[in-house]
Amino acid sequence: MKLSFPIQGGDFTHAGHPSSEVKKVLKQLDIDVKTIKSIVIALYEAEVNVVAHAYRGTVDVEIDENKICILVSDEGPGIPDIELAMQPGYSTASKEVRDMGFGAGLGLPNIKKNTDELSIESEVGKGTTVKMLNYFS
Amino acid sequence: MSGLPNYHALNVDAAKCIGCTHCMKSCPTEAIRVVNGLAVINRESCVDCGQCHRACPTHAFYVEQDDLAKIKSFKYRVILFPSVMIGQFPNKYNEDQIYDGLKKVGFTHVFEVEQPMQLLINSVKEYLANPGVPKPAISPYCPAVVRLIQSKYPSLVENLILRKAPHDLAAHYAINRLMQEGANREEIGLFYATPCIAKISSVKSPIGERESIVDGIINMNHLYNEVMKVITDGPVEDNSAQRENLSNEGVLWCLTRGESCNFGSRSIAIDGIHNVVRFLERLENEQIHGVDFLELRACDQSCAGGILLTGNRFMNVESLERRAKRYPYAKDIDKATIKVDTEELKKKLIIDSISPKPIYVFGKDRIKAIEKMNKAQHIVCFLPGIDCGACGAPNCQALADDMVNNKAKMSDCIFLQQKWENEGRISANKAFLNIQKKWGTDRFKADCKKRGQRNEGF
Repeated sequence: MKLSFPIQGGDFTHAGHPSSEVKKVLKQLDIDVKTIKSIVIALYEAEVNVVAHAYRGTVDVEIDENKICILVSDEGPGIPDIELAMQPGYSTASKEVRDMGFGAGLGLPNIKKNTDELSIESEVGKGTTVKMLNYFS
Repeated sequence: MSGLPNYHALNVDAAKCIGCTHCMKSCPTEAIRVVNGLAVINRESCVDCGQCHRACPTHAFYVEQDDLAKIKSFKYRVILFPSVMIGQFPNKYNEDQIYDGLKKVGFTHVFEVEQPMQLLINSVKEYLANPGVPKPAISPYCPAVVRLIQSKYPSLVENLILRKAPHDLAAHYAINRLMQEGANREEIGLFYATPCIAKISSVKSPIGERESIVDGIINMNHLYNEVMKVITDGPVEDNSAQRENLSNEGVLWCLTRGESCNFGSRSIAIDGIHNVVRFLERLENEQIHGVDFLELRACDQSCAGGILLTGNRFMNVESLERRAKRYPYAKDIDKATIKVDTEELKKKLIIDSISPKPIYVFGKDRIKAIEKMNKAQHIVCFLPGIDCGACGAPNCQALADDMVNNKAKMSDCIFLQQKWENEGRISANKAFLNIQKKWGTDRFKADCKKRGQRNEGF
């Protein structure tokens, strides 16, 4: 099944809606709680990344009996050095974002930790696409 | 979880229910549907929070209780009740007069359940000190919240603190005390006066126990009315010995923050089931960090807002806060006052495990479940999306889910029916019969008593 959600850049108030909706679906599918947790954490981090850095984005989810594939793509500044961004603690978040308790530089590393497969494509000045894949046990 | 099957004390009186959807809309687990013009509770997903009881304008929800006459078969008749009971009485009655009233109703021993509180406080602190405990630790005090977590937030079950509630503590304490005084176990009848529905279920089918320790449940509003018939504001005997283990913390325990202020360096107290739901949603998404202890209560103002209480919840809170000031802190109560084997009591406070009981599963076969969900998603495209409830389900998504589970039909949606009529796909007569089937044949009769006499609560 497919699900799709828009994300508005800068809107921290409504971040978390896609993760909640995806969680609801996974619960209905009786996916094991630990797997759900990982997926939800990864998706929420990816959402917050879009909210904190990009102008707008979308979450596209595809679920079949064995796996869930989540595509989070945004129109935004892009990531110049993905390898550097993957290092825990590295952050380009603004002071405002950090003051709200986000942007600690743990987003991408946390996504990596909670997904089975992760690929990131980014073009500076255009945007970023994060593809996350998790298999159900 | 071992123990008895889920017991539910909540029922719908068919003679009073007018199938108005208020209850269905207020249910945090979407456990209610209107069928043939009557509210029907799905026992699997009901968590006994009592929102429906509160929302009902015609008082159609009623709560089962044991007959007060049942107490007569015991030599020692103990009434156990949370301290919130005392908060309801008019200020002119003092505690001894209330205790005296309870004795006149027929009880021989009166025990407020929040004693000896230091035992429970210590037991929870010991549990929290264990480094393996998942944080935030969630209090299992409110049984509606425990059931909500088991069913709707199964991944958070491991956060529940494996310690029992004050009523278990008091039940064991009362038995030990009376047996010390020479009573035989079978001569002791324990009766619990409950402020809410959830406590009834948790006492009747306790978590991790094979059988209930309590012999009967009395609804607090019923007991209140019985006591008010016999209470006197004149001189009565001194009953203070039965409260010698009651503490400041004990009196406040049932109120919001009554528990959380004792534990953790960062603790949060939340009351109101819908507030709890919103918070648990965030917690489950790992959006809450650094909190050690969560006190979650289904009722606004916690037990002072219990649905079986009399009087205003804020007045109850004020009254209890004033009362608490007259009691010593739990740690300052001399151990000698407890008078029973505290080691044995401490053992009784431990719960072995609580297991998840997820309710939103579409079936074990994942391929079929996805098929169903795709179908439901497709159905939602055709529904109006205004969540009017006129189909007998709380919202369009719930109706779609019911349809794919063969519990509802497309024609249940009055908007779709209207559309089909317009397109000539269904006759006006057939459409009308469909609505009558859902809402009962009397629904369209003129009834000038809808407001006022028949539905007192509007």
